[in-house]
Amino acid sequence: MSSHAHSAPHAMPAPTGFISKWVFSLDHKVIGIQYFLLALAAVCLGIVLSVLMRFHLVWPSAHLPFITGGQMTPEQYLALVTMHGTIMVFFVLTTAPQSGFGNYFLPIQIGAADMAFPRLNMLSFWTTFLAFVAIIAAFFVPGGSPISGWTAYPPLSGLGQVTGPGEGWGQTMWIVSIALFCGASLMGALNFIATIIDLRAPGMTLMRMPLTCWGWFVTAILGLLAFGVLLAAGVLLLLDRSAGTSFFVPASEVVTDTLLNHKGGSPILWQHLFWFFGHPEVYIAILPGMGVASHLLSTFSRKPIYGYRAMAYAMCGIGFLGFMVWGHHMFISGMSPYSGFAFSVLTMAIGVPSAIKTFNWLGTLWNGKIQFTSPMLFALGFVSLFISGGLSGLFLAQPAVDNRLHATYYVVAHFHLVMGVAAIFGIFGATYFWFPKMFGRMMSEPLGKLHFWITFAGAYCIFMPMHFIGIAGAIRRYADYTGVQYLAQFQPVHKFMTIAAFITAAGQLIFLWNFFWSLKHGAKASDNPWHATTLEWSTATPPPHDNFGGHYPSVYRGPYEFSVPGVTEDYVPQHLAPQEVPRSK
Amino acid sequence: MHRDLRIRDLRSKGSAATPALLALLITIMVVATVYVFAANLYPAPTAITAIGEMIDRQYDMTLWVTGIVFILSQLGLAYAIFRFRDRGQKAAFTRGNNTLEVIWTSATIILFVGLGLLGRKAWGETRFTPAEPNAIQVEVTTNQFAFNFRYAGPDGKFGRIDTKQISASSGNPLGLDSNDPAGKDDIVVPTLTVPVNRQVELVLHSQDVIHNFYVRELRLQQDAVPGLAIPIHFTATKIGQYEVVCTQLCGLGHYHMRSLLNVVSDEDYAAFLKASAQ
Repeated sequence: MSSHAHSAPHAMPAPTGFISKWVFSLDHKVIGIQYFLLALAAVCLGIVLSVLMRFHLVWPSAHLPFITGGQMTPEQYLALVTMHGTIMVFFVLTTAPQSGFGNYFLPIQIGAADMAFPRLNMLSFWTTFLAFVAIIAAFFVPGGSPISGWTAYPPLSGLGQVTGPGEGWGQTMWIVSIALFCGASLMGALNFIATIIDLRAPGMTLMRMPLTCWGWFVTAILGLLAFGVLLAAGVLLLLDRSAGTSFFVPASEVVTDTLLNHKGGSPILWQHLFWFFGHPEVYIAILPGMGVASHLLSTFSRKPIYGYRAMAYAMCGIGFLGFMVWGHHMFISGMSPYSGFAFSVLTMAIGVPSAIKTFNWLGTLWNGKIQFTSPMLFALGFVSLFISGGLSGLFLAQPAVDNRLHATYYVVAHFHLVMGVAAIFGIFGATYFWFPKMFGRMMSEPLGKLHFWITFAGAYCIFMPMHFIGIAGAIRRYADYTGVQYLAQFQPVHKFMTIAAFITAAGQLIFLWNFFWSLKHGAKASDNPWHATTLEWSTATPPPHDNFGGHYPSVYRGPYEFSVPGVTEDYVPQHLAPQEVPRSK
Repeated sequence: MHRDLRIRDLRSKGSAATPALLALLITIMVVATVYVFAANLYPAPTAITAIGEMIDRQYDMTLWVTGIVFILSQLGLAYAIFRFRDRGQKAAFTRGNNTLEVIWTSATIILFVGLGLLGRKAWGETRFTPAEPNAIQVEVTTNQFAFNFRYAGPDGKFGRIDTKQISASSGNPLGLDSNDPAGKDDIVVPTLTVPVNRQVELVLHSQDVIHNFYVRELRLQQDAVPGLAIPIHFTATKIGQYEVVCTQLCGLGHYHMRSLLNVVSDEDYAAFLKASAQ
């Protein structure tokens, strides 16, 4: 397309066999699709687990044919809690937006032929795959899946079978899976960072990168710094469990009248290490979504993103502050209350870059020409959900108020809206937007819209009421409401949320149908069906093995040049030289 | 080619139905949320401590601030969605406005960080200030899945604990050392009874995994961590019975790990101590 293309940098030769092309592929695009499909399998499983949880909360004594004994036990409920959280956080929210879409589109958006280290890329995918196999295996080992939640606080998680079913083999498999996942994520993070620093096309300065790339860049840095800490913590926990060490298990532990032989560990140390990873992880899940939402809002408002620099700096600010707020998960843990207060003020401060992003999103829409495509609907939904879920965080960030709300359904509502559903909306937006580039066909717009309506309304119906009962004192992670008297009053609300969850989960079948049906039968997509500006739309659909067919683009301008005065079209692609831009007379 | 044109149609000028519906959904969500709070449909129980009331005031202030931001930003989003839908107009070309960036950045810093600093008072009252020296001492020991409360008894001294002697089945769940005379009169009970308007200091212990002591009406929540003795204090101002629950995931019986807090008159408290000492 561009007459100013320079010669291609070295790219891997295109593979010919099925195995080298689709299984052990070195092509970032294939690896991106592999990650996406892994996350798709994981999210289907995660949703089934959540539907079972919601069912059990409302009909705890119902007969379930697929469960031994017919009735779900409290430990089975806690196993669902643990596995739902683990699968969703690691294998969906970390995997799809960063490893999936990031892998596919980062190199193309910066004008590179592949990731910096294609073999490392393949290795990180297959290590993630092994991690997924390990977590699935936890369902089938003796004792079943662990019951200690996705946070796996010791001593509950550190002593083996004595503390409960699933804490034997199940918890071990959990640690093995997470350790593998950490290793894979470290490899991925290195690869992303090296690619962005080294492989940008001529003219693609950092400040001309699409905000999607900024999202992936900051996320990769967070991943590099956070996953190593979780890996270390996981290894120490494994040693406490199997080698008799006492990193996290204190002396004088007595479980069911038996004195255990541990000496001098600290349960709170695990919480520090876990949340040193765990809080950045929240941003690992949401930053790519912020990038995608910014990208889509600009593209479909036909306006430059409002405050590009502020948006890029806000992402860096969120990443930086994201490492200083982990203690807000631990206000009531026994940590020094003075530390708690310091963490509180820093956490309130992280609301500032988040607010900057929100204002700039609204600024982007203002005086725009908004096109309501499926990807745009999900981006708009993202903004609404992010506002709702973000603001509720201002309560939990204050230790005094957290005294009242900690461990209630309010917390469940908060993090599901802001890092769960909003991030998922980012993934859906990305899928509807990039599907035509990835597979050469459009997804059905009517089905995409229907899917949006059900998911958007459904998500609010599930999670908004959780705030209300949480404020009134409804406690999370309870298998049953019969143990505590005041919980019974919340059952009608639980019933409403459960029915909303059923409908919303069923609505996801529309997405699955649309996805797989469109692969074969969708309308053929042109190279640039959305009239977008970034480099992936300058190449063929789907892109050739080396991304740009032997010619590599130069970049002449920022990523969001829409509705530029004096230009014929309402968009100016990044790769068009100034003299090539058609101008109106 | 024909099919590709249809896609172009979808992208260009559409009907007003989609933006109208989306703006409406967001508005309904805002109205419903505001209604639930305004009508107080799911009220939290009244706080029974002065600090609890202070926490509620901080909560209310946060609710006002976030509530106003929530309503304005969601309705602003809904308005923009409907108002700036594609009607064939040309989008305005602007890259942003530095003055606005500075204004809303400064405003949110003041609002959010200011709110956080104001919250120091209520938190400090519960955690920075130690209990008064004459506060009633109660030791709380948790295990899977029970609370035990220990009072020092008439001698005012807690007996030594010997972890080797812990045996719930033989009636010594805390492992009171049988060789320590100070422990002979210790009162160990499964529910917490305290006199009204007197400060109580609880020292939280756990024998096995992490548990939590939470009473909604006290607005007080604290983990009990094995290996640590964590003090908290409160002064209950209203006679009544309240549920104590565990909020830290502690195993399969977590959901029924529960006890009671009885706030009683001074006379009833004296009677309770007397009855328990026998």
